[in-house]
Amino acid sequence: MRRFLAACALLLVTATAAYAVNPDEMLDDPALEARARTISEKLRCLVCQNQSIDASDADLAHDLRVIVRERLTAGDTDEQVLDYVVARYGEFVLLEPRFSARNMLLWGTPLLGLLLGGAAIIVLFRNRAGAAAATGLSREEEERLSKILADGEGSDH
Amino acid sequence: MIVELGHYALVLALALSVLQTVVPFVGARTGDTRQMAMAPNLAFAVFAAIALSFGVLTWGYVASDFSILNVWENSNSQQPLLFKFTGVWGNHEGSMMLWILILSLFGALVAFFGSNLPPSLRAMVISVQGLIATAFTGFILFTSNPFTRLSPAPLEGQDLNPILQDVGLAIHPPLLYLGYVGFSVCFAFAIAALVEGRIDAAWARWVRPWTLTAWIFLTAGIAMGSYWAYYELGWGGWWFWDPVENASFMPWLAGTALLHSALVMEKREALKVWTILLAILAFSLSLLGTFLVRSGVLTSVHAFASDPTRGVVILAILVFFIGGALILFALRSSTLSNGGLFHPISREGALLLNNLILTTAAATVFVGTLYPLAIEALTGEKISVGAPYFDATFAPLMIPLLLAVPFGPLLAWKRGDLFGAAQRLYVFAGIAILAGLVTLYLATGAPVLAAIGVTIGFWLIVGAFAEVWQKSGLPKAGVRTAMARLSGLPRSVWGTAFAHAGLGVITLGIVSVSAFQEEHVLRMAPGDTTDLSGFSVLFEGMEPRQGPNYTENVATFQVSRDGKQIATINPAKRIYTARRMPTTEAGIHTRGFSQIYIALGDPVEGSNQIVVRLWWKPDVTLIWFGPILMVIGGLFSLSDRRLRIGAPVPSARRRQVLAAAE
Repeated sequence: MRRFLAACALLLVTATAAYAVNPDEMLDDPALEARARTISEKLRCLVCQNQSIDASDADLAHDLRVIVRERLTAGDTDEQVLDYVVARYGEFVLLEPRFSARNMLLWGTPLLGLLLGGAAIIVLFRNRAGAAAATGLSREEEERLSKILADGEGSDH
Repeated sequence: MIVELGHYALVLALALSVLQTVVPFVGARTGDTRQMAMAPNLAFAVFAAIALSFGVLTWGYVASDFSILNVWENSNSQQPLLFKFTGVWGNHEGSMMLWILILSLFGALVAFFGSNLPPSLRAMVISVQGLIATAFTGFILFTSNPFTRLSPAPLEGQDLNPILQDVGLAIHPPLLYLGYVGFSVCFAFAIAALVEGRIDAAWARWVRPWTLTAWIFLTAGIAMGSYWAYYELGWGGWWFWDPVENASFMPWLAGTALLHSALVMEKREALKVWTILLAILAFSLSLLGTFLVRSGVLTSVHAFASDPTRGVVILAILVFFIGGALILFALRSSTLSNGGLFHPISREGALLLNNLILTTAAATVFVGTLYPLAIEALTGEKISVGAPYFDATFAPLMIPLLLAVPFGPLLAWKRGDLFGAAQRLYVFAGIAILAGLVTLYLATGAPVLAAIGVTIGFWLIVGAFAEVWQKSGLPKAGVRTAMARLSGLPRSVWGTAFAHAGLGVITLGIVSVSAFQEEHVLRMAPGDTTDLSGFSVLFEGMEPRQGPNYTENVATFQVSRDGKQIATINPAKRIYTARRMPTTEAGIHTRGFSQIYIALGDPVEGSNQIVVRLWWKPDVTLIWFGPILMVIGGLFSLSDRRLRIGAPVPSARRRQVLAAAE
């Protein structure tokens, strides 16, 4: 009885699940298939959480993988395939959002972070340089002081 | 009865936490030594109460007491004992219990090891810890109570989520939480310093071991989680840039930055304000991670809105602590004096560059993780930000950092000599470039990017030991002198070397597996053989097996090379009985640092074939050996003498010297 139940469960499961890319979906042309895989990694499985259609076992992901391959076989460029899918499913399907006004902050963050941080550091050094001049120690005195301090630290790394 | 005792202990813990917050705070502000002296005992008491409560919940799980709603929902009497035990934190309520258990543990540890701290600072730190404990214990009691009862008690429980039924659950969350929550100590120190308005090198020295401890656990926890996902999820990926992963990665980035900036503060009393801010940020990002994972906001803004109680309360806690800390920071940071001066090209400058890049990286992960939520909340449109975005932004940020790492330890404090450092490093650079060229030669047709990656990896590994090499005096000094010198080096020097080398090891693993991995997806019938990167893999067949709380179909693959049998690999497909949930168990064989990874797909209808996915993953384990090296480095640093001795002698002498110079 138990075995029978397990068998039923297995049937139920195989009816719904298909694990990621399957051999019967794959294209014969290795170059084309490689492009399909790369594109698949950029497309989101719409019913999963943060999974690409390349890694997902959902039916919808399977359908999308087939669509991508159909478009490629029909001679579309990678960009055209993406456009085709976006036209049907919206930008939500792209795991890599497009460069657009709305996504400016998203794509700009790394650069903005470096620029703002860099600017803050430059300001810091400017201020420090001003403050250093204000201590009134000559360069010679500064060096003597740092030598004393270094001796004071001894073996301390 | 026992369950009520646990429930009572949790309520008691809340009351004691309030005391832990108020009494030491008042004591520290009024200078009342008796009230300040109560702080450690209160911290111990809170820990004891929470530990008791946690123990009772654990008992409920181990004894399969299904009259507790939480146990019924997440456990089953058929489960192996280990998973009954780990099931305690395999759900929302239980994981929050683990959270406060670790929080109160850290509170008690600060109380225990804090006898060398000034009494008011210690009282203040413990008070802040008490405030965090109050907020989260209250959150558990009022929105996520694990002791809610069921009557009548069901006969059988609903089982733990099968994906969680793995040793990984025993190790990963506790490590991760020790890291996450460990930063609460740094946070408490930062708040205490701001309230007290006093911060100096000694402060940095006191905070350093706690930062290191949290960082070590977080590093280990993230790496462990990555390996767990790698073998459990069955498609061979090791990092998915999933929001939940990002939630743990952001505090790691900020914590790593903190570790480095605190070094500057300790040695040179510079970057004080910045270090305080980083201490606040590291824990704030931990809180944010808790919010993201626990509120359900990640699935969708709407899912969050449909059952908002928990999410709103955590959000309120988040806003209170982060907002409060930042306001306090804005008000008080200007009172902190500026520290030592330094030239841009110096050890301080190098550490500042490290901080600039790490915090920008943290900001990038932060924006990438929250952007879809913000866009959805503001415009109602849905967008996705996934792995391709993070790969495209994170890698370019990291490369300059990785290239700069070996220079850092070779630059002198205050004013360094970049040219001199470069002169001392050129041999190491030569070795690294050679390694890259060898890669190009061996793997014909290897992408140039892979060769560059290998070069960077080797550059980090050999460059990490440049400081040690230089200090040994080799090759001029004799071996004996060198050994004596090396054994006399501060342990933190070794710590730096190991941690930086670990970074290089990770780089090598990532580059190797992304450039040279081989993947085969095909249908196989029993008796079929396929080639995988020079190995011959024979599929022998499938057989059913009965586990304790699952049934499985186990496949047998024989791996051989040149006719010689090497290994048997047994991937499986399981059905967990209680939830009728299928999982894929990958079969993995490790050879050196590389692995053969086999996962089963579906049976092909109308035949005896099954879809099989095979991977050759060259050097993939380096991705997790690297973090182990980093953890070893962290432990070396933690055992450094200057962290064990309480009194910061050099600083005291420095003050005398300064006084004499004025």
